[in-house]
Amino acid sequence: MPEPTTAAVPATPPAPPGAPGRTPPWQTPPGPTPSQTVGPFYGYALPFPGGGDVAPAGHPEAVTVHGYVHDGAGAPVPDALLEFWQGGPGTGLPGSMRRDGVTGGHLGRNGVDFTGFGRIPTDADGHYTLRTLPPGTPAGLPYLSVCVFARGLAHHLYTRVYLAEGHDALLDALEPERRATLVARREEGGTGHRSYRFDIRLQGDGETVFLEFR
Amino acid sequence: MTTQDEISVEIVAAREAYEKGRADGGHAVHHPSRSYAPYRSSVLRHPRQPLVAVDASGDPEAVELSGPVFGATDVTALDSDLTRQHRGEPLGERITVSGRLLDGRGRPLRGQLIELWQANASGRYAHQRDDHPAPLDPNFTGVGRTLTGDDGSYTFTTVKPGAYPWRNHDNAWRPAHIHFSVFGQAFTQRLVTQMYFPGDPLFPYDPILQSVTDASARQRLVAAYDHGLSRPEWSLGYRWDIVLDGPSATWIEEGR
Repeated sequence: MPEPTTAAVPATPPAPPGAPGRTPPWQTPPGPTPSQTVGPFYGYALPFPGGGDVAPAGHPEAVTVHGYVHDGAGAPVPDALLEFWQGGPGTGLPGSMRRDGVTGGHLGRNGVDFTGFGRIPTDADGHYTLRTLPPGTPAGLPYLSVCVFARGLAHHLYTRVYLAEGHDALLDALEPERRATLVARREEGGTGHRSYRFDIRLQGDGETVFLEFR
Repeated sequence: MTTQDEISVEIVAAREAYEKGRADGGHAVHHPSRSYAPYRSSVLRHPRQPLVAVDASGDPEAVELSGPVFGATDVTALDSDLTRQHRGEPLGERITVSGRLLDGRGRPLRGQLIELWQANASGRYAHQRDDHPAPLDPNFTGVGRTLTGDDGSYTFTTVKPGAYPWRNHDNAWRPAHIHFSVFGQAFTQRLVTQMYFPGDPLFPYDPILQSVTDASARQRLVAAYDHGLSRPEWSLGYRWDIVLDGPSATWIEEGR
């Protein structure tokens, strides 16, 4: 059994590691900071009230996207954190997690601006719900970008939720069975409200297509 | 239950396999493998299919090349001082953690949101599901956030978190760490990670830190004690720069 090595106790202080400002600008770093798992205890830090309510309150064009996150045994993942981002016109404003300067608590979105950013922890059933505006992808099919974090996941995963079928460079490169994992299923409802189902399977049968960007 | 010795053997095997690959000409791998069995929770939670590559340079309108924006309304000044969020002072060793947020070319990323959370000085999270029998501190929540300055710099004031046990294997202990969540200019630069403290004897036993099998990458998760950042009769200073990666296409436009 290998034992950890014991570092010698230094007799002289090391050279200062270079306080901010001392490092010459534009010096290429040796490499990126590695990812580490979000762990099980982010729940009192990262989620915020209304994190899934990206559409301004009462907006007539709001759509619902919801579903479940499953692991490789088909069990629900109750401690995943999903982040949604959509580009397009009108997105990219601050204010997703406004703070109350009086109490220090969460103030909520201002109800007018569309930030395009949603953050939703899955519930005990592994379920999430996002309410947003249809993404205004400039060209091609409308899709939402998703970033998945979870205990047990050492490095987050990206995927996409396509809200329509059609020609798309990414989708067209996939086998039909895999392609289907990226396309949300329109749900029939009597209210006229548009609702989509999108499940995420981290592993195994029907495993969701996850992406890397180069 | 799996013993620490069994986990340690797996940790060493994974590290040696990586180092052999490097010696045989393999590329450096900066991020942890999602399939890292010594971290038991990863077994059912990583994809078996390879990731599908999206060529960002061939699709400049890809949504992921932009990202959410945060501003002055999203943080308050007190959010970066975790020792002033309650009526009294938290127990523990007061520290400041400072550094810069940089892109892969070393350029500062200004105005970006950094969030942080951690256990208290006794190694207990203010989270209902943390049942470690260590005391909660009514004067410490352990959550902070800030926006980076024009030079990409950030500073948090907090207390040094304690080590704590977990149930990955028998007698498993996490080295003291602070969780960080960081946004860059593109959604592809998103990073959630953990910062560690120099010289922690628990490093070689911890499968989460050791999931980074590249030694120099692993070292980048460890802050440096910086005596110049320590404040006389007040706090000890640690310095930790955060470097985001992502496709080069996201590095063209600087700042906002």
